[in-house]
Amino acid sequence: MLQWLPENVSTFGQSVDTLFYIIYYITLVVFILVMGTLITFLIKYRHREGQKASYIEGSTTLEIVWTAATTVIVFGLAMLSYPHWNKIKSPNEFPENPEVLVQVSGKQFNWDMTYPGPDNEFGTADDLELENQLHVPVNAVVHIRLTSVDVIHSFFVPQLRLKQDALPNRFINVWFEATKAGRYEIPCAELCGFGHSGMLGYLNVHSQADYDAWVKERWPQ
Amino acid sequence: MHDNEHASHHHEESFIRKYIFSLDHKTIGKQFLIYGLIMFFVGGGLALMFRWQLAYPERPVPIIGASPQYLEDGEVVTGADKMWERIYESEEEEWLEANMPNGVIEPAFYNMLFTMHATIMVFFVVVPILVGAFGNFLIPLMIGTRDMAFPILNMLSFWLAVLAAIIMAIGFFVPGGHAAAGWTGYAPLSSDPQWTGVEWGQNLWAISLLIQGFSSLVGSINYITTIINMRAPGMTLFRMPLVIWSLFIVAILLLLAFPVLSSALALLIFDRLAGTTFFTATAEGGGDPLLWQHLFWFFGHPEVYILILPGMGIASELVPVFSRKPIFGYRSMVYAMIAIAFLGWIVWGHHMFQSGMQPVLGSAFMTTTMLIAVPSAIKTFNWLGTMFKGSIRFTSPMLHAIAFVSMFVIGGLSGIYMANTPVDIFIHDTYYIVAHIHYVVFGGSLFAIFGGIIFWFPKMYGRYMNDVLNKIHFWLTFVAFNCTFFPMHILGVGGHMRRISNPMQYEFLQGFEGMNIFITMSAFTLGAAQLILVFNFFWSMSRGKVAEKNPWHVNTLEWEAPTPVPHGNFVGQVPTVYRGPYEYSVPGEESDWIPQAQPEHAHATGGD
Repeated sequence: MLQWLPENVSTFGQSVDTLFYIIYYITLVVFILVMGTLITFLIKYRHREGQKASYIEGSTTLEIVWTAATTVIVFGLAMLSYPHWNKIKSPNEFPENPEVLVQVSGKQFNWDMTYPGPDNEFGTADDLELENQLHVPVNAVVHIRLTSVDVIHSFFVPQLRLKQDALPNRFINVWFEATKAGRYEIPCAELCGFGHSGMLGYLNVHSQADYDAWVKERWPQ
Repeated sequence: MHDNEHASHHHEESFIRKYIFSLDHKTIGKQFLIYGLIMFFVGGGLALMFRWQLAYPERPVPIIGASPQYLEDGEVVTGADKMWERIYESEEEEWLEANMPNGVIEPAFYNMLFTMHATIMVFFVVVPILVGAFGNFLIPLMIGTRDMAFPILNMLSFWLAVLAAIIMAIGFFVPGGHAAAGWTGYAPLSSDPQWTGVEWGQNLWAISLLIQGFSSLVGSINYITTIINMRAPGMTLFRMPLVIWSLFIVAILLLLAFPVLSSALALLIFDRLAGTTFFTATAEGGGDPLLWQHLFWFFGHPEVYILILPGMGIASELVPVFSRKPIFGYRSMVYAMIAIAFLGWIVWGHHMFQSGMQPVLGSAFMTTTMLIAVPSAIKTFNWLGTMFKGSIRFTSPMLHAIAFVSMFVIGGLSGIYMANTPVDIFIHDTYYIVAHIHYVVFGGSLFAIFGGIIFWFPKMYGRYMNDVLNKIHFWLTFVAFNCTFFPMHILGVGGHMRRISNPMQYEFLQGFEGMNIFITMSAFTLGAAQLILVFNFFWSMSRGKVAEKNPWHVNTLEWEAPTPVPHGNFVGQVPTVYRGPYEYSVPGEESDWIPQAQPEHAHATGGD
């Protein structure tokens, strides 16, 4: 089933995929065992003339076994996941000194990208605003200041394994590092009105040389 | 004795008192059942409309859509073309023209369709049937009493639900259309008309849900009081059937959860009509859109368990009866339900992992959510344990109970993916969650409902439902259900967002066109299969084979009552309870069942 996952092109995407696979195999094994048992019971213990069911009220030992086993598995999974979650979403664990800082703002039904320009300050004259086009270099840390001007949107790049809701009047920090040049779609993943379907931006991941050329073209001095 | 005579031979009531404004818990239960079945078709019909759009985006829906020739050169070919010709010639803008010109579903109309599909299925189908119908019908009969503690409140509960349904229905026809902000109604999309163009639709949605909330509150107070105070002699708490336990726990959840939704809805109405900003962040301050999500999900997660616990209760009745064995681990089943109900209050944040909530909270909510797997696993293993060394009868109710258990396993396991915060980053708001919720609420709750209807139908209407039709309905539903909802897991893994009206707008979803068509075809089959059930239900009411008093040889008290059950339920005194509800195949007994009301000394003779 997991071959349907889109290609991963971010540094942390592998964490998501690995956990996805671990859970997939655990649940697959549990599913096969439970269904196998169920089907065996259905065949083996189907009603036959003259045969009476056994009177069994329960088993405390078994209850303890499956309670403990389930608890261990789910706690193990949770323990395994904390560091990956923090790496992706906790601002105090983000890699510092990003090469690119961009503000992405959701607006019915577009993504507005604002680059702070060479002074790295938003709200100054050298800011650059682009509609639905995000340009970043490959293999570089990118920080995004995510916000919205109207309703809740959700910034989703399937290939980056990244999704974060954008809230009006609030700035949420997001980071990623793309590992492969290319053009990726940025759909909106949270219902935002009649134009929700088709609200679509593009993430353009350039080679370092191409990105430098793009920067030079925008800010020539 | 005189009192009982009086109770069971009540003075003749007028048609209106007997069938419409009835105070009898059984009639109110049946009213809720028919109400739920009608709404089931409304909710299902809406789903089929948006499924069409997902498979064939921007193409006219069948039957009422215009023909290709008409769209091409205006040539009127079909009856539908004639209708469109008339609509376009008329001066006023008609409803159909505004929402689906030529039969093509507009994006705003699409949003309304899925919003109302979920709203109706959750609040007007599953809760009214599980809690309203089964709760009302079963509680007094199974605990051995003559009626609910507050019959007038009970009637009020039903008629409030009818009022809520009428208000909800009016919303479809007001200018601006019905609510279109999703059944979760996330603010500020829902709290300010400027973002959707929906005016009174959203207001009526909120008002209707407020009223539906009162209906549930009134009902839950009644259930709790009745179960605590009115149990038959000998019916201790731990001799109660598990379905009564589940309804008791659910009533407590409803009582505590619905007021939270009601306050959120009241604040929403203030925001929309009085200009407050509870859910809007403004430059000057004001409220916060996340407040809505916290309030909604603080209600919403217990609500999910309200939708599944009675299903578990019904399955826990059907599996022992048709395995002819005691339920495996009765007490652990009760404690597991209590644990689920308790955990239900501390997991709401798992709906909000990607919402901008502080990431540390995400980790905390992941831990509590993962814990829900434990009581869920206990229940599943206990159902399997009940079948172990049983003598399993594959009757129609049992088939539905087995389907319930297996679909619940899939729904439970798929929940682990979403409880896991890093994996949730990817599958949040995709079809993965749509698959999950349908495996729990359709695969779970609805299979339990179908099984329960067939099982208790002989007690409700004194007749059997047609078994051939039941079997056809079961197999069609089981296969079509899995064909409809299983592929949605794959869509989710592919990143297919939910709530988009046209997946073909995205490059990365181009490969899913075929799968979407397959899902839609399966959904239409699934919808058609339900016609069999409803036909069978209404046909069997008057034409079904007459049933005896206890056709499935069940121990619980509802089968002690005569069929059809008279006003006051039991002839003579209410039964006395001598044992637990699942004494099947007791060693040394000739009969493989011993009713709860059978005195000790009469053991050897078995049932009737």
